[in-house]
This record gives sequence, structure tokens and C-alpha cells, in this order.
Amino acid sequence: MRLCIYIVTLLLSLPVSAVIETYEFSRPELEARYHRLVDELRCPKCQNQTIADSNAPISEDLRRRLYEELEAGLTDEEIIDGMVDRYGEFVRYNPASDGATRWLWLAPWIFLGIGGVVWAAVTSGRSKVNATSNEHANDIAELLQEKSK
Amino acid sequence: MRRVLLFIPAAIFVGLAVLLYRGLSLDPTDLPSALIDRYLPEFRLRALGTEEYLERDDIVGRASLLNVWGTWCPTCVAEHPYLMKLAEEGVPIIGLNYKDEDSKALSWLARLGDPYSVNITDPQGDFGLDLGVYGAPETYVIDAQGVIRYRHVGEVNERTWSGALGQAYREVSK
Repeated sequence: MRLCIYIVTLLLSLPVSAVIETYEFSRPELEARYHRLVDELRCPKCQNQTIADSNAPISEDLRRRLYEELEAGLTDEEIIDGMVDRYGEFVRYNPASDGATRWLWLAPWIFLGIGGVVWAAVTSGRSKVNATSNEHANDIAELLQEKSK
Repeated sequence: MRRVLLFIPAAIFVGLAVLLYRGLSLDPTDLPSALIDRYLPEFRLRALGTEEYLERDDIVGRASLLNVWGTWCPTCVAEHPYLMKLAEEGVPIIGLNYKDEDSKALSWLARLGDPYSVNITDPQGDFGLDLGVYGAPETYVIDAQGVIRYRHVGEVNERTWSGALGQAYREVSK
């Protein structure tokens, strides 16, 4: 029982990302925005990490730039737009829904729709299938009988 | 007629196989530059080994390559002889010494030769960030008006120069 609790608590642990350097923010509100934005920006070099996770030099630069821009009073939108200007839509983990990325947002719903149609077709077809398979069973039984004669 | 429907899974399989097979040959690190067809960003950086500061207008004016390099970058060693060859052929190459130290960079150029018409230093990587650089080496083709026309990530060599990179340069240097 105790072991069980241990395992469950281990499974419940969440990933923690650590940033190496710390910045002194002039206002606590900026720090909160900083922590939200580092989790939304993607490291261009190490492609499956946010700039908060990554300790690549480029992520360090991006974090420093982010800090400077926050202190300079830029809005979240201006900062994100600036990063997209330099690195493309790739740099966002939460890409805008336009152009090429639209399909990215639509695809799950399209597949869900296809799945629904298939499911409906299969369940409505099942009763018919049962009926025909009964007929087939009778046919086979007859054939077998004829053969054994 | 219903029998045709039985081929749907096979058709889906073939479609997916083609899509995924294509995916195998795509390079996920090959990101499009967001700066294509835009002006080189403004900068004010020190020229390598001097106290003189250079700005954008000092380096643009003719079709050239902008090569991002550093002594810490192994691929930069590999592409250096080819850059020397291009410089001998008369291709103007602007160096961006990225996140490096002057002393190391100067001794490297003294040892391996200097293919650059001018070298600007970006020790903090600030200009690199504005340019969308995410590693070295990277090579940009810049036209006479100072507009970025092409970006090449990785080594410059015979193959890449006869490919898209060289083509982009030949296009703008006409």
C-alpha cells in the first residue's frame, strides 16, 4: 500500500524547468509576464524546448532581450511580434491561426469528424452484417451437409 | 459496389506512406528566414581589432555575402578554405564575428588567412539576434541596396555554392 502511494506520487510529479540566470525586475508584474513569455517562446536552435528550458546560448540571448524589452515597457504583443519578425512563426509555441498554421489548428477537428463518420457507418452497418453473416452460416452448413452425404 | 469501399484503408495507407516518406527527407532545422527581402537590420558595432565603429551604411552598397562565424565553431573551420577561394574570385565577404573574442579571432585570421573585406564584432550576439541567427556558420546574400536575398545555414562549399546559395549571389551580382 505504501509502495503504491510512493509510485502514485512519483507519477504525479510535474516537470520543472530551471533558468540559469536571474533578472532583477523593477516591478513584480514584469517578472510574472517574463515567466509566462519564456514558456511561450521556442528555442530556434534546440527545437523542442522553450527558451526557459534551454541553456543554448541563443536562448540566453533571447531571454536577455526579453528582459530588456519588458523593462523598456513593450507590451507582450509587441515583444512576440518582434520575435516572430526575426525568427518567423516558428518561435511561438502558441502560433497564430492564419495562413499555413490554420491547418494545424483545424486538423484535429477534421480527423475527429472523419472518425465520427466512420464510427457511425460501422455501428449502423453492424446489424446488417450480423444478418448477412447468419445467412452465410446457413449456406456453409448446407454445403457441409451436401459434402458429407 | 461496396467492394470499392474496402480499398479506402489501403488508399489512406498509401497516402500516409507517401506523406511520411517525404517527411523523412525534410530537414527540420531548415527554417525559413523571416528577413528575406527585408533590409539588413540597423547596427552599430566595432570593427574587429580596432576601436572604429561601423554602421549599416558603411558595409552595404554592393552585392556581397555576410558570413557569421566564430573561432568556437567547428564548421567555420571547415568552410574557411572555400571562403578564401571565393574571396580570391572577387566575391566580397563581410564577416560577422559572432560571440567571440578579438584576440582569438585575429590569431585565427592570421593563421588561416582573411577572406573578409571587413569584419564586424558582435560579442553579445545582439545583432545576430536582430538578424535571426541561431548558430554559426550562417551566410546571407545581400544585394547592392542592402536587402537580404537569401540565407544559408551551415557550411559554404562547392556543393552549396553551385546550389541555391551561389545562385542567389549570382542573381544579385549581375
